[in-house]
Amino acid sequence: MGFDAASKVNETPDAPADRAVAIRVRGLTNRFGSKTVHEDLDLDVFAGEVIGVVGPSGTGKSVLLQSIVGLIKPAHADIEVFGQRITELTRAERLKIERRWGVMFQDGALFSTLSVRENVMAPMREHLNLPRALMRELADMKINLAGLDTDSANKKPSALSGGMRKRAALARALALDPDLLFLDEPTAGLDPISAARFDELILSLSKALQLTVFLVTHDLDTLVATCDRIAVLNHGKVLAVGPLDEVRANPDPWIQEYFSGPRGRAATG
Amino acid sequence: MSSSATRFDVNTADDGRKILAVAGDWTIWTVGALDAELRKLVMGPGARLDASSLEKLDTSGAYVIDRALRGDGAPETLEVVGKHPTVERLVNEVRHASPPLAAEPIHHPGAIAMLDRAGHGAVDAWRELMGTLSFIGEVMATMARLVVRPSKIRWTSVVAVMEEAGLDALPIVCFLSFFIGLVIAFIGANLLAMFNASIFTVELVGIGMLREFGVVLTAILLAGRTDSAFTAQIGAMKMRQEIDAMRVMGLDPIEALVAPRLIALIVMTPFLAFAASIAGVAGGLMAAWLAMDISPAMFIARFQDVVPPQNFWTGIVKAPIFAIVIALVGCRQGLLVEGDVLSLGRRTTSSVVQSIFLVIALDAIFAIIYYLMDV
Repeated sequence: MGFDAASKVNETPDAPADRAVAIRVRGLTNRFGSKTVHEDLDLDVFAGEVIGVVGPSGTGKSVLLQSIVGLIKPAHADIEVFGQRITELTRAERLKIERRWGVMFQDGALFSTLSVRENVMAPMREHLNLPRALMRELADMKINLAGLDTDSANKKPSALSGGMRKRAALARALALDPDLLFLDEPTAGLDPISAARFDELILSLSKALQLTVFLVTHDLDTLVATCDRIAVLNHGKVLAVGPLDEVRANPDPWIQEYFSGPRGRAATG
Repeated sequence: MSSSATRFDVNTADDGRKILAVAGDWTIWTVGALDAELRKLVMGPGARLDASSLEKLDTSGAYVIDRALRGDGAPETLEVVGKHPTVERLVNEVRHASPPLAAEPIHHPGAIAMLDRAGHGAVDAWRELMGTLSFIGEVMATMARLVVRPSKIRWTSVVAVMEEAGLDALPIVCFLSFFIGLVIAFIGANLLAMFNASIFTVELVGIGMLREFGVVLTAILLAGRTDSAFTAQIGAMKMRQEIDAMRVMGLDPIEALVAPRLIALIVMTPFLAFAASIAGVAGGLMAAWLAMDISPAMFIARFQDVVPPQNFWTGIVKAPIFAIVIALVGCRQGLLVEGDVLSLGRRTTSSVVQSIFLVIALDAIFAIIYYLMDV
C-alpha cells in the first residue's frame, strides 16, 4: 500500500460542486447550558472521501460526530446523511441509514458481556439472517482485518489492551460493511507503529470499499496519511476545509501553530 | 439491497481449469442465501474468477468468493477474468485476513466440571473470608489512627453521607415502619380479641417495634438503599482508576472513602432506628384507635405502664452494630469491583444480599444473647 501525502492531495480535486455529498451539515448550533459549542456550523463530506476533523480540545469535534449520528439533539441543525434529513426520519428510514454506517467510539464502547467475536456478530445478528457458521467466519475475517491476533476473538473486552480494544471496535464498526464510517480518535493511545498500521488499514479499506470516512483526530500523522480533506474546527465553526496544503496555507493563528509546531513539521515534512 | 440477482455459475475453460462466474451484488446483505451452495463447490487448483457481471462487492462478498476459490487448499494467486474496479484488491485484502482464528472455547459438561466448580467455590469462599477479615483489620487500623488524629477525618464527606444515607432515608424508613406497626396491631387485635385481651395490643406493638422491628427495618432498608449506593459509587471510582489515582497520590482510600461512610452510618442509624420505632408505635396506635376503640390517650398511658424503657435500649444498641456491618460490606464490595460492567452489577447485588443476611443473622444472635441474659 504505497502512498504519500503529496500525490494523494493531487488526486483530490478541490471540493468540486458536482461530487455526491454523503453528509451535509447546515446551521448546526449546539449549546450546553450557557456554553455554545457550535454556532451555525456548515460542513460537507463527499462520498468516498476521508475527511479529518481537527481542532483544539473542547471545540466539539466529538459533539459534531454525535450530532450527525443522532446521539444528541442539537439546538438547531439541518443535517442530511445520504440525502436524507437525519432529524426528520421515521423509525424505519432511520434504521436503513443506521445499517449503512459504522461508528467507532473513542473508548471502543464494546459490549463488556460479550466476547470480541460476539461483539462483531452483534450487529449482524440484529440486522441479517445469515447462517451462523458464515456469520462466525465473517466476524473472524473482520477481526483479522482490523489487525487483531488470532486468540483475541474469544476474549472479553476487559481482557484486551487499549490498542486491541480499538481494533476490536473497528472490527465491529465494519461488521455490516458500511458505506460510511465514523471514527472518533482511532489512533489516540496507540503506539506509533500500531497507529501507522491503523492508518494504512483505514486508507486501504476506504479505497477498496469506496468508504466515506469521517475521522475525528488529534493525530497529525493520521491526517497526513489518510485524509483527502481536513476540516478545522474552532470557535464553534469550521475555520477551514480542504486538502492538507490548502488548509496549511490558511493564515489563522491556531492552524499555523498546529501545522508549524514541532509535531506538525515532523508529520507534514 | 439492489434488484439485480446475486448468482454464480461454474464453467470449465478449454484448459480444464474451472471458472467461477459471479453476477449481481455480492454484499453481506446478499451472500447469506448462497452460503450453503458455495460451501459445496469444489473448484480444484488453478480456478479463476469471472467478475465481468459483478456489481457491488464488499468484504463479506469477497470473503465467500475467496473461500470458494481456494477451497481447502492453500491460497494461490488470484486470477480474474473480466473487469471490476475493486474485486482484486478486496479479495486479496480479505485473503490476507483469513487465517482461521482460535475456535470458540468448548465447555466440558459432566462430573469433572462439577468438581471443578465445587473446588473453585470452596477456594473462593476461603479467599472471601480471608479478604473480609483483612479488610476489617485494615479499617479498624485506619479508624484507630483517626481516633488519635481526628483532624484527618474528612468531615465534609461525613456530613454529606449523613445527609444522603441518613436524612434522605428518614421519610421512607418512617413510612415503612408506620405500616408495619399498623399491620402488627391489626394481627394482634384479631388474635387477642379471642381471649378478650385486645388491650395487650399495646404490649405487642410497643415491645415488637422498640426491640426488633424499628431497628431491623431500618437496617434492611439501609442495606438496600445505601449499600447499593456505596458499592456503585466506590465501584465506579474503581473502574475509572480513581482509586489507583488516590493510592499513587498517597491518599488512603480507606481513610478517604470508607471511614466517612462508616462514621456517618454509625451516627445516623440510631437516629433512624429511633424514628422508625416511634413511627411504628404511631402505626399501632392508629390501628388500635380505629379497630379497637383504644383511644390514643389510653394507648400512651398503657404504653408508659407496660413497656419498660429497657426494650428501647436493647433495640437501639443494635443500630450501630448494624451500621458497621452495612457500611463495611458496601465499601468492601465496591473496592472489589473490577474493570468491567458485569462485576459492578455482581458486586452491587452481593453487597445488598450479604448485608441483609448479616443484619438478620446478627439480630438472631442478639436475640439469643438477650434471652440468655434474661433482658
